[in-house]
Amino acid sequence: MKDTQSPELIQPLEIENVSRRRFLSNAGIASGSFVLGVQLSPAIASVENQTDEVKTSDNFSPDVFVSIEPDGQVKIICHRSEMGQGVRSTLPLLVADEMDADWSRVTVEQAIGDQKYGSQNTDGSRSVRKNYLKLKQAGAIAKTMLTQAAAIAWKVKPTSVEIKQHKALLKGSNQALDFGQLVKVAATLQVPARDQLQLKNENEQVYIGKEDIKLLDGELITQGQTTFGFDVDFEGLKVAVIARPPVVFGKVKSFDASETMKVPGVIKVVELPALTPPAAFKMLGGIAVIAEHTYAAIKGREKLKIEWEHGTNQNHQTQAHEQVFREALKKPSTVVRKRGDYSSAEKSASKTFEADYYVPGLAHATMEPPAATARIKDEKVEVWACTQTPQSAQANVMRTLNFPQEKIGNIEVNVTLLGGGFGRKSKPDYVAEAAYLADESKMPIKVLWTREDELQHGYYHSPSYQKLAATFDQNKKVTGWHHSMVNHPIGSTFNPAAKTAGSADLGQGDMMFDIPNILVDLGDTETFYRIGWVRSVTNINNAFAAGSFADELAHEAGKDPKDFLLELIGKDQAVDFSKDDYKYGNYGEDINQYPASTARLKNVINLVAEKSGWGKKLPEGRAMGIAAHRSFLSYVATVVEVSVNKGRIKIEAIHSAVDVGKVLNPDRVRSQMEGAAIFAASLALYGEITAENGQIQQSNFHDYPLARMTDIPEIQTHIVKSSELPTGIGEPGVPPFAPALCNAIFAATGKRYRRLPLKQFGIV
Amino acid sequence: MVELKINGQTQKLDLDPEMPLLWALRDFAKLTGSKYGCGKGLCGACTVHIDGQPIRSCVTPVSAALGKTITTIEGLSENGDHPVQQAWIEHNVPQCGYCQSGQIMSASALLANNPAPSDEDIDTAMAGNLCRCGTYPRIRKAIHHAAKLAKEVK
Repeated sequence: MKDTQSPELIQPLEIENVSRRRFLSNAGIASGSFVLGVQLSPAIASVENQTDEVKTSDNFSPDVFVSIEPDGQVKIICHRSEMGQGVRSTLPLLVADEMDADWSRVTVEQAIGDQKYGSQNTDGSRSVRKNYLKLKQAGAIAKTMLTQAAAIAWKVKPTSVEIKQHKALLKGSNQALDFGQLVKVAATLQVPARDQLQLKNENEQVYIGKEDIKLLDGELITQGQTTFGFDVDFEGLKVAVIARPPVVFGKVKSFDASETMKVPGVIKVVELPALTPPAAFKMLGGIAVIAEHTYAAIKGREKLKIEWEHGTNQNHQTQAHEQVFREALKKPSTVVRKRGDYSSAEKSASKTFEADYYVPGLAHATMEPPAATARIKDEKVEVWACTQTPQSAQANVMRTLNFPQEKIGNIEVNVTLLGGGFGRKSKPDYVAEAAYLADESKMPIKVLWTREDELQHGYYHSPSYQKLAATFDQNKKVTGWHHSMVNHPIGSTFNPAAKTAGSADLGQGDMMFDIPNILVDLGDTETFYRIGWVRSVTNINNAFAAGSFADELAHEAGKDPKDFLLELIGKDQAVDFSKDDYKYGNYGEDINQYPASTARLKNVINLVAEKSGWGKKLPEGRAMGIAAHRSFLSYVATVVEVSVNKGRIKIEAIHSAVDVGKVLNPDRVRSQMEGAAIFAASLALYGEITAENGQIQQSNFHDYPLARMTDIPEIQTHIVKSSELPTGIGEPGVPPFAPALCNAIFAATGKRYRRLPLKQFGIV
Repeated sequence: MVELKINGQTQKLDLDPEMPLLWALRDFAKLTGSKYGCGKGLCGACTVHIDGQPIRSCVTPVSAALGKTITTIEGLSENGDHPVQQAWIEHNVPQCGYCQSGQIMSASALLANNPAPSDEDIDTAMAGNLCRCGTYPRIRKAIHHAAKLAKEVK
């Protein structure tokens, strides 16, 4: 059956083209040599020219991720982007812990985009799981070599040396050598093979898994001293804002910039090339206003007179397209998963039940809109950007400037902090704009997107229409499950011919109920604007539909929704999707290594039920709803408690239980779960992107509202203690929230809401 | 040329007094701690104090700040040790951090006017500050904590 798209598969190649094998050979491990192919030259120099001369710049860098200065300061590279998930406070900590460095003597350096680090693509909730072993090994390599260096210094066996808190200790004595004192000798030693490293077990960890880890950038953030993409500044930098075509693939017919040029501070206007399919990460086109400062650029843009040719998408209406979606699901094009025979189950059923669901288009609405700076000098391009994927940004700049592939190293992408990402900043169209304008104007340029730009020219989460049907036997057991879905596929952004909905792998096909007859299929439709991945991607709509429908079935069967969920999931097992002729992507991971475990799913349900007091007597007008979902290899169950007062719904409590395998930084797991619930509350209560005549209608927070503090109660996160492989935490908290909320509203009011957002019903 | 008193220092800046204060602070005074989020006074990321009151600098023209005292996140305390800043660190409030300057400026103004706010007072005072990462529950806790810290100092 069709291998349905997962975000990893549909993104252009350069995002994931660095194999682990490549990494290993780059790191020189294969040859067993210390001189690392990609290594910083001072370390190599110190090996090759062993003299007694003290070179203050000489450091010890046994791995691309770690080096030690002669003063003992440890530098650890963070090669993933920080967008609020805490990656800078977690990944380097893993290295520091493994090598027993003192965290107060560690400097974290943000990596530029460079293939030597492997993939830097920070999305898909995979920074920890993709780097867990690699970074532990980096720390262990350093530690092993420091141990050997100390052994040489003391003329003892390495087993007589112990590493603790930035020091080598000679067992049975009070002798100690600081890391700094070991740098010179360590730099002369062979790098140990990765498979011979002794990695720490959980009991030996100093920082990992502990509660009191302070945010790396916390103090600077509270003082307003950090640099986001918007904050990049240097002498001579000009600011650009762009008037982009209101309809994707539209173009400038004519324009008049005479009034713009009268605005003090405006330097010039530049027309950008019109966009042709596929949209990919290319510039949208339009007219850029370049100015001395932001106010002049924005004011200059207001004064532009542009006549647009709206192009092929100008007749698209979101509202009217819902009917097209409905028609598409009358004849699904693609079967994703098939177990037993749903239509026979339907024939022999004592009862069938059907419902359909609609989740609208959604925008990322990062608090910091996209921003990028480019400076071109001679043959070198320097970029500073709030990007989730610096290597992809680098390749995009290369394509935009027709830069020769072999000189891609001359494009340096520096990663700032990101004021939110959520998938928007995986798409470096804005970086291309900065590079193009810097090249055209021969000036260093910072492109800033206003809020209106961000909401009207995004890569949206597609609206989706879904039909669910189930069959019951005479004992009220569910015998059949049929889930059909249609949306504008993400694939259309990269291939205009892509019409089949995506991605079934994210919460539709990989449904974990033990039902004898299962049918999962997809419909086809056209796409009219750029579709992208937004935090948790199609899990958002798939979990809303499946999680609501399971609750509907519980009420049909007259059973407690939590008990009914456990019954649907059934016995302990690793779900074997291949038996259902379903090629499941499993988020790019081996299903044997990261199985779909029903035991773990049931465990989070039981845990959240216990912690939330599921089943207890609640005051009049209050009720709870529950939903559970596996995504990004993690398991989450959420209980939402609501109250109803004069027809208005208020969220009173949120409880989630989460199983992410081994927990590295519990505080950041909790913060991601809190953030995910609030992200999901925004979409459940308020989020809706619509197009009229091909143009996105929403423009700022008045018509694309987000949840505010008044909407959100305390959030309780209950973390499962586990020694399983670490999975991911950035996204999995999002999907179960909206169904849990709507299930609670049903329990409180008897009204079932099958469309989001809830604001359209006047209840929030 | 206008004169602005920012964080205790008077600065002469060559700009149009109609310019929103946010851009004057960021592009001219080179204080980038105050953030752009919406340009319409809808999200609070640009919050600064004028004469101690929290205002949205993205919709406040420079002309409205002439002769007044402007405080930005950079000038909230000498060493980053305002009780609100301390409480923010204690509770690990920030995620991406982008909205936090505005949150802290709103929170510090709240506490200056109401040293012991209830949850409801906090929600009302902070409802104008959006956080897309979702730090609201921690902000609420941190404000209560900051109120305690401020009391101890006195």
